Amino acid sequence: MSGRRETILWIARDYLKCTGCRRCEIACSLFHEGWIWPEASRIRVFMLVPGIEIPHFCSQCHDYPCVSACPVKALSVDERTGAVIVDREKCTGCGVCIRECPGNIPFFHPGDGKAVICDLCGGDPQCVKVCQEAKFNALWAVREDKTGWGSYNRKLFAQPPEEITKDVAMNLYGEKGEEWI
Amino acid sequence: MVRGYAGKFLEVDLSSGGIKDVTFSDDILRNFVGGRGLATKILWDRLGSRWEEIDPLGPENIFLVLTGPLTGIYPGSRVCVSGKSPQSNGIIGSTLSGEFGNELKCAGYDGIIATGKAEKPVYLFITDDNAEIRSAEHVWGKEAPETIRTLTKEGLELLKRAGRGAEKIKEPAMIYCGPAGESRVRTAAVMQKISHAAGYGGYGAVMGSKNLKAIVVKGRKPLPSVTSPETVKILLREVERQLLERDRLRRWGTGYGGYEVGARQSSEPVRNWQEEWHDEKRFGGPKFDFRYWVKRYWSDFNCPVACMKVAVVKTGPYKGAITDDPDYEMQAYLGPNLGIFDPDKCIYLSALIDYLGFSGINGGNTLAFAAELYQRGILTKEDLGFELNWGDVEAFERLARMIVKREGIGDILAEGTYRAALKISEMKGVDVTKYAVHVKGVEVGAHGTRSGLDFNPIAYACSPQCGDHTSGVYDAYNDARIVFFDSAVVCSMCGSPLIWDFYKAVTGWDLTDADWCRVLGRRIMHIQRAVLLLGGPDIFWRPEIHDDNPPRFYEPLPSGPYKGKTTDRKTFEDMRKQYYEAIGWDERGIPKSSVLRELGLEDVDKALDKVRKQ
Repeated sequence: MSGRRETILWIARDYLKCTGCRRCEIACSLFHEGWIWPEASRIRVFMLVPGIEIPHFCSQCHDYPCVSACPVKALSVDERTGAVIVDREKCTGCGVCIRECPGNIPFFHPGDGKAVICDLCGGDPQCVKVCQEAKFNALWAVREDKTGWGSYNRKLFAQPPEEITKDVAMNLYGEKGEEWI
Repeated sequence: MVRGYAGKFLEVDLSSGGIKDVTFSDDILRNFVGGRGLATKILWDRLGSRWEEIDPLGPENIFLVLTGPLTGIYPGSRVCVSGKSPQSNGIIGSTLSGEFGNELKCAGYDGIIATGKAEKPVYLFITDDNAEIRSAEHVWGKEAPETIRTLTKEGLELLKRAGRGAEKIKEPAMIYCGPAGESRVRTAAVMQKISHAAGYGGYGAVMGSKNLKAIVVKGRKPLPSVTSPETVKILLREVERQLLERDRLRRWGTGYGGYEVGARQSSEPVRNWQEEWHDEKRFGGPKFDFRYWVKRYWSDFNCPVACMKVAVVKTGPYKGAITDDPDYEMQAYLGPNLGIFDPDKCIYLSALIDYLGFSGINGGNTLAFAAELYQRGILTKEDLGFELNWGDVEAFERLARMIVKREGIGDILAEGTYRAALKISEMKGVDVTKYAVHVKGVEVGAHGTRSGLDFNPIAYACSPQCGDHTSGVYDAYNDARIVFFDSAVVCSMCGSPLIWDFYKAVTGWDLTDADWCRVLGRRIMHIQRAVLLLGGPDIFWRPEIHDDNPPRFYEPLPSGPYKGKTTDRKTFEDMRKQYYEAIGWDERGIPKSSVLRELGLEDVDKALDKVRKQ
């Protein structure tokens, strides 16, 4: 046995605690695009029902269906962090990764039309920083054993925003939540 | 190209369906900034020459939705709505929070200027540099949840069609008016999300009078570029750090006031301001918090404070009511002011008022006014159709719905407290204006002046925004600062002295606190003041009569630790005189020619001549 556990990074999320401040979107776009650009943010907060905010971004499925489906091999997995990396030179913007994703998470960059997926900011996610700084604790970073059980849990989170919204609305609003959807 | 601005405004003529882009010169943007400031400029330029004749609810009025250079960038994204106010007949800059402001800027527009009147109900759909007028007949008459649900779905459908189909697109933001606005209730609010309201001014009624149900917008571009992005980033971090320290506001919002303001300061409206003190601990913040708040921190775009909270009633007869907080003003006006000391009922009424697109402060004031007339036997069961006792939430719900539908007595009360008071006085042959708690047609905020611990005696009386509690005046110099927040269109609760540096880093323009407070902000306030005095067509204000508190504020407090205290008329008059002098108005309260000329407002000065002669 080697003494060093190999871990990958993952961002856990608590939808009940998301305030909808979108500072994660701002931090993300400032880091990746250099300026505030909510629509180009790798983390996108959906608010399909007022009061129910859903931070939506890559949850790094253990089998990475987007990566295996990419016809031009533009997607790869970062070995160090476990994030999906998009090679913007190779990406043709065909949309296969979006369709293959169980949560419909990737999207086309509003600027160049290529696929956008959370890259965990190279191991230091900015969204987590601002959320923690504000003590909202809707997002936090988790280090997981690369091959352990934990990794299977993640796939549960790759859901379309509508489905998560439904569940969260039921939790917060009760029967009234059903009416909203 | 000016930095911080998207660069163009969308002008829509609802009568003809014409849509065009308009721009304003750098000079105008520099002098009026945006939001409330630019609104005064646009309205004065276009309507100033015949201000007295313009019917706020007629097609000739202009509905303005404006952002400012700091919207979306500075913490707390807001949007300012304005026009000739159906309440005061002046200009009120009424702001509301949400994602609309930053979405609009990302779509490439700094604001919307809507003129004319659509033949049939319509809504505006705006995407990147593009706008269309669409039919809103299917959502006309609908309350908030259905309006939001339907238009969000429709917007997403339209965006999907324009996109490539595979991806999820984030929902668009919207502002809309509820059934109250559609029936031109003068106290109707412009709404966003479920409980975000621009309540003062009655601009929901202006939307309704134009047959404009909603404006839906999705922008996919970045926020406009700024002069020094690196400086902005540093300033943003610093302001956020400051805001994150505001623990009380973060934890409780303004909802801690429901008990505190009444019990400690004796300045909370109780039964239409007949009292201002209550000691009902069951109406305190923790009672709302631990029982109703399902989300303790709820905020809008770029806000680290999160002073909103989502409140849901989960059991009992009022089950299913969802609203935010309620914030202090809603707690007060839809609680003790109606004799209600039960959080359940207060949340239920808040949610109802929001769903109807009725203003909680202004509407709550009118409901209580009616209840006092019932208590005094002036309005009877025959007039109303039912009994209207303090604390009877079902009766208040019924009355609110009657107002929104303009049924029976509701038709009169839909005109707002003051206009209703005039009509009822005439109808009943008794003077009921002494029970109307308003300043120049705008129902006052939930902060009294009698105990001397909360608002000062001239806060409402001399304000160009009239009864607006967020723009109360204190001294002629510092009052202008709040005008800046409404003009840069950011949340004034996110105030920081760094805002001037922020403004420079964004626009590249140097603006000092002194310059703003002495010249620019004052200029905006003077235009607001001038049109308020011009007034019309149904109501005119005379400063010697109407620059005053409501009569109730001079009655001694009947209960509580400050029993017997009242607003001292002598102090009030002295303060008013000093204020007039300091801001540059003559002894009658009319802006002086010399001051107006100094501010470069020659045409305003000329227009005021007729007021001076009266």
